[in-house]
Amino acid sequence: MYLYDQYDQAMVDARVAEFRDQCQRRIDGKLTEDQFKPLRLMNGLYLQLHAYMLRVAVPYGTLKSTQMHALADIADKYDRGYGHFTTRQNIQYNWIKLEDAGDILADLAKVEMHAIQTSGNCIRNISSDHFAGAAADEVADPRPYAELLRQWSSFHPEFSYLPRKFKICVIASDRDRAAMKLHDIGIQIVRNDAGELGAAFYVGGGMGRTPMIAPLIRDFVPLDQLITYAEACLRVYNRYGRRDNKYKARIKILVHELGAAEYTRQVEEEFAHLLDQGVEPPFAELKRIRTFFEDPAFAQSSAAEIDRSDPDFALWVDRNTHPHKVEGYTSAVISLKPVGGIPGDASAEQMHLMADLAKDYSFDELRVMHTQNIVLPHVAKSDLHALWTALEDAGLGSPNLDTVEDIIACPGLDYCSLANARSIPVAQKISERFAATGKTAALGELKLKISGCINACGHHHAGHIGILGVDRKGVENYQLLLGGSEAEDTALAKITGPGFSEDGIVDAVEKAADVYLSAREDGERFLDTYRRIGMAPFKEALYG
Amino acid sequence: MAEGLSSTQTPAEGRGPLDATSLRFRDDDPVLDPAVTVDAFTAQGNAVAVRIEPGDDVRELLPSLDRLALVEINFPTFGDGRGYSAARILREAGYRGELRAVGDVLVDQIAYLRRCGFDAFAPEAPLDPDDVAAALDRFPHVYQPAADERNPIWNLRHGKGEELRDE
Amino acid sequence: MSENTMMLITGNDLLTGAVIWWTGSDWSVHIEDAIDAGDAAESIAAEQEAARKVNVPYLVESTMQDGVPRPNHIKDRVRALGPTVRPDLTIKPDTAANAIREIV
Repeated sequence: MYLYDQYDQAMVDARVAEFRDQCQRRIDGKLTEDQFKPLRLMNGLYLQLHAYMLRVAVPYGTLKSTQMHALADIADKYDRGYGHFTTRQNIQYNWIKLEDAGDILADLAKVEMHAIQTSGNCIRNISSDHFAGAAADEVADPRPYAELLRQWSSFHPEFSYLPRKFKICVIASDRDRAAMKLHDIGIQIVRNDAGELGAAFYVGGGMGRTPMIAPLIRDFVPLDQLITYAEACLRVYNRYGRRDNKYKARIKILVHELGAAEYTRQVEEEFAHLLDQGVEPPFAELKRIRTFFEDPAFAQSSAAEIDRSDPDFALWVDRNTHPHKVEGYTSAVISLKPVGGIPGDASAEQMHLMADLAKDYSFDELRVMHTQNIVLPHVAKSDLHALWTALEDAGLGSPNLDTVEDIIACPGLDYCSLANARSIPVAQKISERFAATGKTAALGELKLKISGCINACGHHHAGHIGILGVDRKGVENYQLLLGGSEAEDTALAKITGPGFSEDGIVDAVEKAADVYLSAREDGERFLDTYRRIGMAPFKEALYG
Repeated sequence: MAEGLSSTQTPAEGRGPLDATSLRFRDDDPVLDPAVTVDAFTAQGNAVAVRIEPGDDVRELLPSLDRLALVEINFPTFGDGRGYSAARILREAGYRGELRAVGDVLVDQIAYLRRCGFDAFAPEAPLDPDDVAAALDRFPHVYQPAADERNPIWNLRHGKGEELRDE
Repeated sequence: MSENTMMLITGNDLLTGAVIWWTGSDWSVHIEDAIDAGDAAESIAAEQEAARKVNVPYLVESTMQDGVPRPNHIKDRVRALGPTVRPDLTIKPDTAANAIREIV
C-alpha cells in the first residue's frame, strides 16, 4: 500500500486549509455560488437533492483498514451512519453540512485520504482493477502507474479547467475488470516481445448520452514516457475539446469528430515536443512507488484445499472468490448487494467490520470495486470459512457476485439532483423477484446495470441488461437495453423499444431472462446467447 | 518564495491596459502598447503586444517571439482553461516577455496561472493583494513541473534539481 | 393555471444543505409551511439568495391537495420528503410509508 511521505501529507494538509478558507468565504458571502461551485466540486462537494454530498477519493480503489475505519467514523460523526460506494471506486456521503466540510477533510487527511478532484472539470480519481496485485492473470501490478498518474494529475496547473471531467483507468491484464475502454483514457500495462513493460493508450471512451468505446491510439508507450504521453493527450484535449456545448465537451467527442487517426497525429506531435520539456518524473520515482506495492508476506504452501462440505459456504466460494497469483490464497468479494438492499450502501458498522476482517484475513487491505462491492484481496484459503462465517453473521455474505442480483445502480432520483427517475427501488424489486423465483443460480453471469438518467453513472450502456430511467411527462419510465459489456469484449447495449413502468420493467427483465434460459446453448452466458440470436426474440417476448 | 508581490499602479485614467487592480511579477516596465489580435499581429510587422483569445492557436506567434514584449491572454469566463495551455506553450518556446492574464480571472486560479507562466494579471474584478499572496503561498510544493521554476516533489524526493529550489 | 395551482419557492440552506421552503416570512424544512409566492416569487428568491438565507433557490409549481402543497414534479416531491428507499431518513419517518406511496 502506498504511504504518504512528508510531501504528500503537506499537499493534502494545504488543500484542507485552502478549502476551509474557500468554504468560509462562501459562508461570509465573499464568493457567489457560481464562483464557489467549481471550487467545491474540485473537492468533491455537491449540492444534491436533500443536502450537500461529499465524494471521497479512494485512489485506484485501494484502502487499508485504518482508512476504512476512518470512513466509517465520518459516516457516524458527520453523516447519518452510512456511505455509498460508487461506480468510480469512491465513497459518497449524502447528508453533509457545508460548515463541517473542512473538518471532514481534516479527518481524512489524518489517514492519508482526501476528496481532491473527485468532481469538476479536471482529472478525476484514477481507477484500476480491483484485483490488482492479487490477480493471477496480470503482467504487473497496475497501481504504481495509477499512483504516478495520481500525483501528476493532482493540482495540475494546466488541466484543472478542462472542457469537461476526465477519467483515467489503469489495468494490467487482458481481462478487463474495470471498464477500461469506457474511460477518457484507458491504459493497459502490457509486456512487449522484448519483455519490457509499457502502456497501451486507449483514448476517447465514455458512457453518458453519447457512449463510445475508446480506440487504441498507441500500443506501447515506454514506462519512462508515460506521464509525458498522458500530458500530450490532455493538452490536445484542453486546447481543442469543445467548449460550446457541455454535452459535446468530453474527449470522446473530440476523438470522434477528428477521427482517431488525426487525434493520434496531434498527440504524437505534442508528445514529440513535450519529450524535450522535462515533463517526465525521474524513473527513480516510479521505482520508489513500486516498493509500496510489493507483495505482503504470504505464507509458504498454505493449505490449498477448501473444505466444501457446507453447501452454502461452497456456493459463496464458487461465486465470490477470484483466483490469486499465490498458491493457497484467493481474493474474496464482500457483496454489498443483499436481496432487496440498496446497491453499494454500507453502514458504519459494516465498514468497521470489513476493516477488521481485512486486518485479520487480508493483510490489512481492502478494495472498492466499480461494481459497488468490496474485495479482500489476499485471503488464505484456510481462513476462508472463518471469514465467510463472520460475513454471514453480519448480513454481508450474499453469494451473488456477477449474478442478476449483483446490480449496479446509481443513486437515482432518491438522492441525485440530475436524475430523472429512481434507480434503487428498481434494483431492489429486481433482486427480490429473482431471489423469489430462484432463477438467479440458473442465470449465472448476468450483469445488470441501472442509471436514473442519461449521464449513465449506473453504466446502463455496458450492462448485459441495462436499464435507463427517463422522465416521461413527469412520470418515471424505464427503457430496457440489451447486449452491453464493459469487459475486454466491450460493447454498447441496444435499446429494446418503448419503455416500461416501474413494475413493468421488472417483468420485462424477467421476460428477457426467460428468453435466454430457453434459447441458451451449453456454456453460454446471457450475453453470448444475445449475441448469437440477436434482438428479435427478445423483442418478440417483450412486445409481441 | 523569493519573488515579491508588487502591485503596479499607473496614472492612466479609467481602465487602461494596466490599472490599480493589476498585479505584476516582473521588474521591467509594463508594456503600455495596445495588444492587437493574432491576425493583426501576424499581418503587421511592428506590433509588440498581442492578445490571445481562447480559440486562437498560440503557436502562430512562435516565429515572431523575438519582437513580442507582451502577450495578453483573455479568459472570457474563468472556466475556459485554454489559456493555461497557451501560456505554457509560449514559455516552452522560450518566450520571456510579459504574459498577462486578463478577463474573468479569480484569486483561486492565480496559483495555477503563475505555474503556467503568467507573470501579470489584469482581471476585470479587482483582486485583494492579501488574498493573492495567501493563494500563492498556500501549497508548499508542487507535484509536476510546469512553466515556473518550482522543483517538483518528484525531484525533491530523489535529490534532483536542488539548484532550482526557490526557497 | 387552476385555482389550486401555487408557486412555491424552495432551495437549500447554505450551511446545512437542508431542503427549505419559503413560508412568507422565513424558511421551513416542512413543505406544509410553504406559501404561494405568486408573482413575487422570483424577486423574493433573488433577494433571499443575495442575503444568503437560501442557496440556489428555484420556483416549484404545485397544487394544493388536502391542505398540503403537492409539487407537480416528482423530483420536488422527493425533495420535500427524503429518499423513498430510506423511510427512516425522511423528514417524517413515522408516516413515511404512506407519504412514499403518494410521491409516485
